[in-house]
Order: sequence, then structure tokens, then C-alpha cells
Amino acid sequence: MSNVPWLTVLCVLPLVGAAITAVLPDSAAWRAKQVALGTTLLTLLVGVVAATQYRIGGAQFQLVEQHSWIPAFGTSWALGVDGMSLTLILMSLVLAPVCILAAWHEVPVGGRREQNYFALLLVLITCIVGVFAATDVFLFYVFFEALLFPVYFLVGSYGGPDRRRAALKFLIFGFVGGLVMLAALIGLFAQSTGGPTAMLVTNLTGLQMGETAERLMFLGFFFAFAVKAPMWPVHTWLPDTAQQATPATATLLVGILDKVGTFGMLRFCLPLFPDASRWAAPVIIVLALISVFYGAFLAIASKDIMRLIACTSISHFGFIVLGIFAFTTTAANGSALYMINHGFTTAALFLVAAMLIRRRGSQLIPDFGGWQRVTPVLAGVFLFAGLAGLALPGMGSFVSEFLVLVGTFQRHPVAGGIAALAIILAALYILLMYQRMMTGPKPELATPVRDLTAREKWVVAPLIVALLGLGFYPKPALDVINPAMTTVLQQVGVTDPPPIAGIGVDTAKESAK
Amino acid sequence: MTLPTTALAALGTEGAATVHQADGIAGLGWLLIALPALGAALLLLGGRRTNSFGPALATGLSWASFGVGAAIFVEMLAKPADERAVTRTLYSWVPAGSFHVDAGIRLDQLSIAFVLLITFVGSLIHVYSLGYMAHDPDKRRFFAYLNLFIAAMLTLVVADSYLMLYVGWEGVGLASYLLIGFWNWNPPYASAANKAFFANRVGDVGMSLAIMAMFACFGTVTFTGVDAAAHNAPTGWVTFIALMLLLAACGKSAQFPLQSWLGDAMAGPTPVSALIHAATMVTAGVYLVVRSSSLFNLAPTAQLAVTIVGAITLTMGAIIGCAKDDIKKALAASTMSQIGYMMLAAGLGPVGYAFAIFHLLTHGFFKAGMFLGAGSVMHAMGDRVDMRTFGALSGKMKTTWITFLCGWLAIIGFPLLSGFWSKDKIIEAAFIGEGWRPWVFGLTTMLVAGLTAFYMSRLFFLTFHGRRRWLEGDHPHEAPSTMTIPMIVLAVGSVALGAVLNFAGFPGWLEPVVGGHGEEHPVLPVLVITLLTQLLMVIGVAVAWMKYWRDEVPQVAPRGSAVTRLAANDFYQDAFNDGLFVQPGNALANGLAAGDDTVVDGGARGLGVGLMDAAQSLRKLQNGYVRSYALTMLAGIVVILGTMWVMQ
Repeated sequence: MSNVPWLTVLCVLPLVGAAITAVLPDSAAWRAKQVALGTTLLTLLVGVVAATQYRIGGAQFQLVEQHSWIPAFGTSWALGVDGMSLTLILMSLVLAPVCILAAWHEVPVGGRREQNYFALLLVLITCIVGVFAATDVFLFYVFFEALLFPVYFLVGSYGGPDRRRAALKFLIFGFVGGLVMLAALIGLFAQSTGGPTAMLVTNLTGLQMGETAERLMFLGFFFAFAVKAPMWPVHTWLPDTAQQATPATATLLVGILDKVGTFGMLRFCLPLFPDASRWAAPVIIVLALISVFYGAFLAIASKDIMRLIACTSISHFGFIVLGIFAFTTTAANGSALYMINHGFTTAALFLVAAMLIRRRGSQLIPDFGGWQRVTPVLAGVFLFAGLAGLALPGMGSFVSEFLVLVGTFQRHPVAGGIAALAIILAALYILLMYQRMMTGPKPELATPVRDLTAREKWVVAPLIVALLGLGFYPKPALDVINPAMTTVLQQVGVTDPPPIAGIGVDTAKESAK
Repeated sequence: MTLPTTALAALGTEGAATVHQADGIAGLGWLLIALPALGAALLLLGGRRTNSFGPALATGLSWASFGVGAAIFVEMLAKPADERAVTRTLYSWVPAGSFHVDAGIRLDQLSIAFVLLITFVGSLIHVYSLGYMAHDPDKRRFFAYLNLFIAAMLTLVVADSYLMLYVGWEGVGLASYLLIGFWNWNPPYASAANKAFFANRVGDVGMSLAIMAMFACFGTVTFTGVDAAAHNAPTGWVTFIALMLLLAACGKSAQFPLQSWLGDAMAGPTPVSALIHAATMVTAGVYLVVRSSSLFNLAPTAQLAVTIVGAITLTMGAIIGCAKDDIKKALAASTMSQIGYMMLAAGLGPVGYAFAIFHLLTHGFFKAGMFLGAGSVMHAMGDRVDMRTFGALSGKMKTTWITFLCGWLAIIGFPLLSGFWSKDKIIEAAFIGEGWRPWVFGLTTMLVAGLTAFYMSRLFFLTFHGRRRWLEGDHPHEAPSTMTIPMIVLAVGSVALGAVLNFAGFPGWLEPVVGGHGEEHPVLPVLVITLLTQLLMVIGVAVAWMKYWRDEVPQVAPRGSAVTRLAANDFYQDAFNDGLFVQPGNALANGLAAGDDTVVDGGARGLGVGLMDAAQSLRKLQNGYVRSYALTMLAGIVVILGTMWVMQ
């Protein structure tokens, strides 16, 4: 089993499914979603089998494959996973069939080609696996840019009324970020030791470079990742795009693709440019705090459900970035886990909101009211998703958010203390939305509305299981993530501050046993 | 007022050293939580299929949880005092870098007292709800939430670390939110639910910060670890942690300045008000302070803050209670005031901890009993709550009247009933100390005891005595036995629990957990304090008798004096919060949203417009600009690759 190129298989499988889907004749268009669902389920199965080959505490990168690609540029087709990318890939592979199932009726009959829609979704899955698994910086860049196109077409061709402008805005932001990163990439190549494997991330770690060069390259990478994440003040594409995108696209975009930004910070910015990372950390922590509060306030003021959820993500990404640049193992673990939890939380929010939007025919919050009397089960599920969004203890999102807070406080008590205030705003944006949409007298509806259907139950069930599972038993995920985060922080050259007073962790652990 | 800190620190360490591994029945302590949690899950996931047997199942599981708790208690009684505290690690919960927390339970003299209160009163209220909610179409969901509450509340009190306590802490907040908004088709009820959650979240910031600071300071968040390390920490840190815990307690226990949600929370069905918003959840703040005694003992400033918060709230609640005509809101104000007593006692340090918990237990019985009585009255009077339309119900509802009578006598501190043993002990403790404090706190608690007698008598007389002021069509009747039996049981507790706990030596029982204290004497002789308190009580009852029994009471409330209006409007706390937080917060959110569209997005949009123009011109060259962008991108990559290759 160890000779199987698991990661390449994971990349190629969705692509094969996409090809089959795309060539389906129009008479068999309805088969497109079935092929897509089958493909994603198969990919998930392969992903789970691949994950069983991963050994906790083994080499930093595992399931490694390496083939020379453009030796002149030091570039190889190099794939491999550490704990962080493994959990992100698994999260993406779980969300893929969930999104396909949720997208069952997203393409109206007699509208655009259904085959293309599902084919694009599958191409997106390929790019996602590739971008998380790439251990060659140039290969990462190629996937990073390639991601833009399926999303561009998914939003621009299948989205809401203002889809073209939103798609273009998304493309331009991504393109500009990518260009800046490319410049930094070329600079990095110039600094590298050369040779056919020069661009492998392991070969680029620990390079000796000038202070200015390092800082400039750090900024180049960081800018691209900050746009993707997205952080204030380069966040403005996200609410527009998410508002116009179809729910499945919005989920994949916000729930997974945006993670490429924070993933990139942990994979590239910190290990490749440790001195520059420490140099920039204070400013980035301030920007992250601004994002946390700014996103939350935007969400409170949002009248559009999809936009509101996108704005909460700006706030959540602020937390993730805060945890990354706090430079403690606790906060870093929290951020890496936050990426997983945020994927499930966002999926639950977007997909359940879409079920409501579909029934009501509007995505404006004021158009709802009293829907708990109309669709009680759907309302309950929506509340559940919302509680995950406000990081209620018991949900996975609480564990990760609290780890970020407690880890940040360890090094920066003021920043950690300020960030803690955001938990009030989280309650406000979620529960005010719930109040406006779900409570109040039962509305008069022209046509009867069904509660949660069997297909929709299959959409939400895995998300509920994942969120509760990661809330009450996050250990399996943390055990995989922890070695990766410890390595990253060693590369940055920081150690956890010891407790101010006390007998230390070891004694406490003993007494707990 | 308190023992020297070194002695207390020694006590703290000693307490930490006497924790043993759970074996026997205590090892099954997780069942306490699992049983009601299972009930909640079954009822919520089972859907309509569980409609027929769900409520009975939920009630049964709650009693089963009580059974487990009682067995653990009996087992604990058999052990010597210093071996009673046990812990059990359940599983490794959050192993993240240097932060490592296990899910574990801790059963000691303090937590078992809560376990018994929660499961016993909780199960009685399940039984009562079988009658009270019999005709509600969403009865199953109601019982699911009740079970969820029991599970969360038990998690809160048996947790062995602050992080796990936090799970229960927000879990009870969620259950409270769901149950306050149970009838949320009524918009004010939905707002009340949100208000409760938001006020609690403000408190939760305190809880979060306390835990964060604990980890930074001690490197652990278990009770055992924190107790052991507390005396090593700088006073500044300990004071900060203690004050943040106080903030958390203020949110959960509706203490000043986070008290405004409790009155609105009466929107929930009455059994909920009895269980969550009187007997158990709202007292969690007192539990938190007492549980953290090793920290508070080292932070005199924080202790003083606790005492002051308690003193303000107990006065404020009593004044509000005098002006409310809504029977549930009057009881809610009283709850606020009584928890103020407990909080004040907890702030007094080792002399007060045990009495805070003592009063918490007796209050749990008599206040829950009176809330159930109020529910019975509402049941009989068409779900009305305005006491001005009640009166003379004693003849029509004998059981409700007598059980309520027991609760009323207990809360006003009538000799030998439950409140007499617990509340008067707090008043005595408040008179202990040096300087101005015993006089201020002692006199406050004593005077408010008179006020308590007045407003509770007002409530009792307005409802059960005086002349009939019923509305047309009122036919009051006694409630079914599912409702009266729990009321009778709680009434027995209201009468006898105080004496039982007193003679069984309850304060001594708690001593291994909260620490002991030397013989200390109040600034006034105990007999004088007791007599003065009794005298004030008689005056309070007499004034209420004149105004609300002997004299005619108008059906519509008179305008009242400025003080009455101030109290009836809860000291205008809503207007205050609205002006200080809600309005500016909304303005900020809307301003930022508008600014985001124009200013922040402006720069980006300028760029976008430029590129859009470029796209337009490209469109002329190629078919459709969608493809042109893709091609441009690819062309760009090729050009750059080419350049790099040439440079190489």
C-alpha cells in the first residue's frame, strides 16, 4: 500500500469525474449530479484509506511523492501531507459530497448546463487537494492560481443577479494577490540553493538571506494570503462574492478555499521567513484584531443572510490569523483546528440558510419572520449551525476559538483580552438573525412549505456529527495537528512562555491523573 | 474579618491535597450527566415518534440521575470527612501543545449538595410540568430542553476544571435561552430570550478571561491545580482572575450590573422560572465564587467587590420587588435579592461560604415552591400574572395556598422555618469584621430583611387574601395532582430543610472544601441581631397587611411616587443599557457597513473599474471577456515562465 501515490490519485479522481460529467449529453444531464456525488464519495473513501497510512509522530511530510517537473526552475511535482494539510484535505473531502448533495437543485431546469456546473465543482476539488498537498512552492502557486478559474465560472455563470461583477471582483483580487506572490516567488528562487529540487518547501526552509529581501518576500507571500484569507482591509471581495455565489460554491469558497490563505501563512510565511514573521507579528496581530471586530460589526449590520455569514467569516479568519502570529503552540493548534471547524461551521450555516432561502425565494433577512412555526426542524438545524458559529462550548468551534484566545493571552494578554470581547458580538450577529428570521407569529404563506427533506437531512447530518464530535472529542484532530504546529514554531524559533506563577504544567497533569 | 492570608493559603493547599481517585459508585458519576443528556438527544432526534412517551421518559431519566446522585451521597457519608472529595478523569479532551485539559468529574461535599438540589428539585419540576404543559403542542421539545438543562447544570457542578465548568456554564445558558423563548412566536418573548443570552455572554467574557489568565498564570485550569498554585501567584493576577470570575457570576446570577435580563426571563413557562431562574441556574454564580474560594481568599479587593455587588443587588431586587404587580416578576426580583444575600455571604470569605450555600439550598426549595404556586395560580386564572386581579384565592385553592404559605414564611425568616436558619446566619456573618464594613453590610442585610417581609407579604396577600378582584369569567380551581404533589414536597422542604441542615451540621460538612474559620463574633450580640431582624420582619408584614389585605386594592395600579415608578421600571436599567450600548453599537455597525462599501472598498473598486475597462477593450479583441480573462492569466503565466527560463 505504501507505493500507491495516494495524493496524486486524490487529485486525479475528481478530474476524471469532471471529464465524465462534462461530456454527458444533454439528454442525460440529470446524471451529472449522480456522477459528481459518486466521484466525491469515492474520493472521500480513498482519502480515508490514505489517512490510515499516516503515522502520527512520523516524518514531517508523509505520503510523499516527488517527480521532476521543470528542473531548470527547480520545480517538481511534489506532494505530501503533514498533520495540518491532512486534516484540511479530509475536511474538504467530507464537505465535497455534502456540497454536491446540497447543490442537487441549484441549477434550474432549462437554465445553464448542469453538466458544466458539477464538472466545475469537481475541478475545484482537484485544485483544493493539490493546493493543500503541494510541497513544492511553485506547484503550490500553480494550484493557488488555478483555483481562481473554477470559482470564477461557478460564480459568474451560476450565481445571483449581480454575479458577473462579483465574479470579476473575486478574480481581480485573487489575480493581484497572485501576481504579488509570484514576484516574491521569483525572488525566493533567486535566493534558493538551486538544483532540480530547489523549490521544495523543505529545501527552502532555513535559507540564509538578507533582512530586506526576507521581509519583502514575506510581505509578498503574506499579501496574497491576506487577500485570500481574507483580512481587513483587503476583505471586500468576500461578502460580494459569497452573496452572489450559489450556496455550494459559497461553502467551498469560504469554507475551504479561503483556508489556503491561513494555510499558506503556516506553511510558507512562518517557516520560510522566520525573522520577518517575528518582525511583522505586532502589526499583523493588530490587523487580525481589526478583522475580528470589523467582520463582526459588518455581520450585525447585514440584511442579506449569505452576506452576513460571509462577514462572520472575516471575523473568524481574524481569530485564525491572530492565533498563527501569537507564536504559542496552544494558539497555533487552535488556529489549525479553527480552519477545520470553520469549514464545517460555514458549511452548516451556508447550506442550511440556502434551504431556507430556496423555500422563501429571498435571501433578505427581513423577508423572513416566524419560520420556526413553518419549518420547525429546519429552524432547529439553523439554530444549531448558528450556535456553532457563535462558538458555543460543546461545539468544535468553541475548542478552537478558545485555544486561540488562551494561547494568544499567554504571550499578548492585551490582544487576547480584547479578542475575547468578540464573543459578545458573535452572540449578537447569530441570535439577532435567528430572532428576525425564525421567531414571531407564523407568517401567511401562499404555498405550503415542506420541512427538512430526506436529502437535506443527509446534508446536515455529517455536519452536525462533525461539529459535536470535534467539540467533545477533538483529540484525534489535535493529535495529528500538534506535531505539525510544534515544527512550525520551532522553525520560527519561539518557545512557549512559562506560567507566571505556579508549579507548572507537569504537576498539574499529575494531579489530574 | 478574615484570617491571615498565610493561614488561608495553607487551608487551600490542604484542601487540594485531600482529593482522591473516585471508586465505587462515585466512579459512575458521569452517569449523572449522561442520563439526562441521553433523554434530550432521544427526544430531539426521535421527532414525533417520541411524542407519546417522551415527557415520561425525560422525567424518569431525571429521577434516575437523582438516584445516582443519592447513591453517591450515601457512599460519601460513609467515608471520613477528609476522604470524601474524589475526582475521576474521563478522557483526554483538549490536548493542544502546552494546554492540556482532561474531561473529568469532581465529586465533593460542595458538588454533591448541588447535585442533590438540581436533580431533586429538577425532577419534581419535571413531574409538575407533566401537568402544567399537558396541553402544549410542543410538550416533547419542552421536556427535551428540561433534560438538556439538567445535563448541562450537572456538568457545571461536577466538572473538575474551569474549562469543563464553562461547557456546563454556557450549556445552561443555552437551555435558559431555549426555554425563555419557548413561546417565541410572541415577539417580546423572543427578545427576552436574546437579552438573557447577551447578558450572559458579557459574563462569559469574564469567564473566558479568567480561564485565560489562569492558564497564563498557573499553566493549568483544573480546580486541584489552581488551588495548589494559587498562593504562588502575584496578588495582581489573582485579583484580576477573581474579578473576572465575579463578572461571570454577575451575568449568570443576574447580579448588578448585569441583572436586567432576569425579569424579562419570566417570559418562559413557569416551571422554567422555578427551576432555572430561581432554584438552580441563577445560583451558579454563587457556586463559582465558593468553588474558587482559594483564589478569592487571596484577593481581598475582589472579595470586597463581591460583597458590594451582593449588597447592591439584594437592596435593588427588594426595592423592585415592592413595586411589581406581575406575580412572576415580583418573584424574580425577590430571587435577584436573595442571590444578592448569597453573593454577599460568599464575599465575606470563609465565615460566609457555607452560609451562602446553605441559603442557596433552602432558597432553592422555597423559591421553586412559590414559583410552582404562582404557576398554579396562573393556571387557575387564565394565565394572567397581574396580582391586582387576583385576591381571596385562599378558599378556592387550598393546597396552593398552604404550600405558598410555607414558602412565604420561609423566605421572610419566620422562626424555625428554613429561611430563618439560613438567611439570619448571613445577616449575623455580615455583622462580623472591623471598621465600617460590618455596620454597612450588616445593617443593609438586616433592613432589607424587613423589606423582604414587606414585598413577599404584599405578594402573598394580594394573591390569596383581601377582597376578590377577579375578572369576569374567572373560575379558579385547584391544579391536578401532578402539580400539587411537587408543591407539597417543596413546601415540606421550605419548612424543615433549614432546621435539618442546621442540626445536621451542614456548614461543618462543607468545611473540607471551603476551609474553616476561627470563632468570630459579630459587632452586635447575636441575640440583638436576631431580635432586631424579627422585629423588622413583623413591621414589614404588618405594613403589607394594612395596605394589601385590610385596605381596598385598586385593580389598576395608581401612578405611584417617583420611587415606586423607578422600582416598577427596574431602575430604568433597560433605557440605560439602550442608550449606552445598544444605540451606539447599532450606529457603529451601520456606519462601518456603509464605510466598508464606500471607503475601504473604494480603493479596490477604483482598481476594479480600471480593470473592467481593460476587460471591455479585451472583449473587442476576443469572444467574451470571461474567456479572455482566463487566457490572459494563462498567457501571463507562460510569459513569466518564459522570462524565468530565458534568465536562467
